[in-house]
Amino acid sequence: MPSADRLAFVFLMPLLAFAAAFFVLPLAQLVLVAGSGPNGTAEYLAILTNPRHFRTLVSTLALSAGVTLATLALGTVVALFLSRTRFVGRALLVSLLTLPLAFPGVVVGFMIILLAGRQGLIGGLSQSAGLEKIVFAYSMGGLFAGYLYFSLPRVLVTLMAAAEKLDPALEEAARSLGAGRLAVLRDVTLPGLSPALIASGAIAFATAMGAFGTAFTLATRIDVLAMTIYTEFTLNANFATACALSLALGLITWGVLALTRNFAGSGVAAAG
Amino acid sequence: MAPHRLTFALQLLVTLACAAFLLVPALASLLAGVTVNYFQGVRSGLTLRWIDEVLALYSSTIGLSIAIALGTLAVTLAIGVPAAWALARKPSRLSRLVEEVVTLPVAIPGLALALALLLAYGGIREFRMSPLFILVGHVLYTLPFMLRSVMAVLAAVDVKALEEGAASLGASPLQRFLHVVVPNAKGGILAGALMVVTLSIGEFNLTWMLHTPLTKTLPVGLADSYASMRLEIASAYTLIFFVLIVPLLVALQMFGRPLVDAPVKGARP
Repeated sequence: MPSADRLAFVFLMPLLAFAAAFFVLPLAQLVLVAGSGPNGTAEYLAILTNPRHFRTLVSTLALSAGVTLATLALGTVVALFLSRTRFVGRALLVSLLTLPLAFPGVVVGFMIILLAGRQGLIGGLSQSAGLEKIVFAYSMGGLFAGYLYFSLPRVLVTLMAAAEKLDPALEEAARSLGAGRLAVLRDVTLPGLSPALIASGAIAFATAMGAFGTAFTLATRIDVLAMTIYTEFTLNANFATACALSLALGLITWGVLALTRNFAGSGVAAAG
Repeated sequence: MAPHRLTFALQLLVTLACAAFLLVPALASLLAGVTVNYFQGVRSGLTLRWIDEVLALYSSTIGLSIAIALGTLAVTLAIGVPAAWALARKPSRLSRLVEEVVTLPVAIPGLALALALLLAYGGIREFRMSPLFILVGHVLYTLPFMLRSVMAVLAAVDVKALEEGAASLGASPLQRFLHVVVPNAKGGILAGALMVVTLSIGEFNLTWMLHTPLTKTLPVGLADSYASMRLEIASAYTLIFFVLIVPLLVALQMFGRPLVDAPVKGARP
């Protein structure tokens, strides 16, 4: 069907033109500018060679890894509970839990301020309990809570879908053969969930690495990569460094997502 | 029996704690937006004053966000649906490569994309100052969602057989696309459209870098109010944002199978 081929070609043209003009070309510009600062091409490795940026990289990696592990642990417990327990209002609870899925990072940041900020609920509770007023919104702790808030709904969606597909007969079989509850969890349930855990974990990690809105709302002084890029670009007008750090950050997030996709088949980046 | 009860209680506790963590602040912000004085609590009375103030201060951001979301939707439909068909039609190494490249923006932080756009086009003043600059950023970020959503449906229904049937009856390729492919991909198009509008209305990471004082969107205004307004106004503004976004999210839960199945990730913080 050559005429259909021609139509397909015509249909692809606008997409290719858009991608070339607004993605490939700007990305090339980013690479170019990163290598044409006062440090030349050495700037590409600034994230490793500059001690300050390297520290930021390490703390961003640690924060993202911590958030990912916490989200997966909580998500697994909640997903298993909700997929195996039937109660009135369950469907409503599930949809409420997944509702924050598309809250932007700025709004998530505000949620954390309401929770743990200067006029926050936690501070109010701790004060009325006669303790010191607990305020942690404007620090790494606040950022941790914010990324947890952001990732939990999305991890839940993926893990619940996976948990519903688990075959309960496998667990029953393991138990009837004498395996304890923990052994069943470790050897049957978690391996069954592992593709979903890897997929949603990768997405939680990548989003935490590149997140900007939440950090921006909570405090501009938290040292994470996105904030460093922002300050280098807007306040210090240090374009080469901002571009080099952006490239490094993009490589990390893309790499993590690409790697886990190859790991667990095509269904992996499937998270919403 | 005892350890099982304990496990159940612990799971219940964790679930309730997570629900509280996610929902209590959202409820608090809804309440704060209509409370006379949040610090004194609901006792101080309820009011619509803060909502009025937000509308007076920020209504242009709401209008612009809706306009940009609809514009983004129009462009992603016009570019994305035909291209999705073209890519899904004959899977080859080349079409895989094209798909990889055009979905790459989803895997790269918005901040980096915005920097790249600024470097490439920031010098063109008219473009830089117009809302079109933001629109381009939003299309760049949301187009992969439309593509993947439509391609997933085209892969699930056997459109090829239907198309061949129509071709044997003498339909031209364009007729087949319009009357066979598009109607059969309706579900994917709807899910993709909801996703695109939801993401565009909430987009901040790119938009914060791309906006100018005259092109502020709702999330940009939100960030502004969080930094400089009293808590009640910030909350009232957030409440208005919820009113816009929650129906979209509910619709996504109803029609948006791709929320679970779409091979791409959602919005980012």
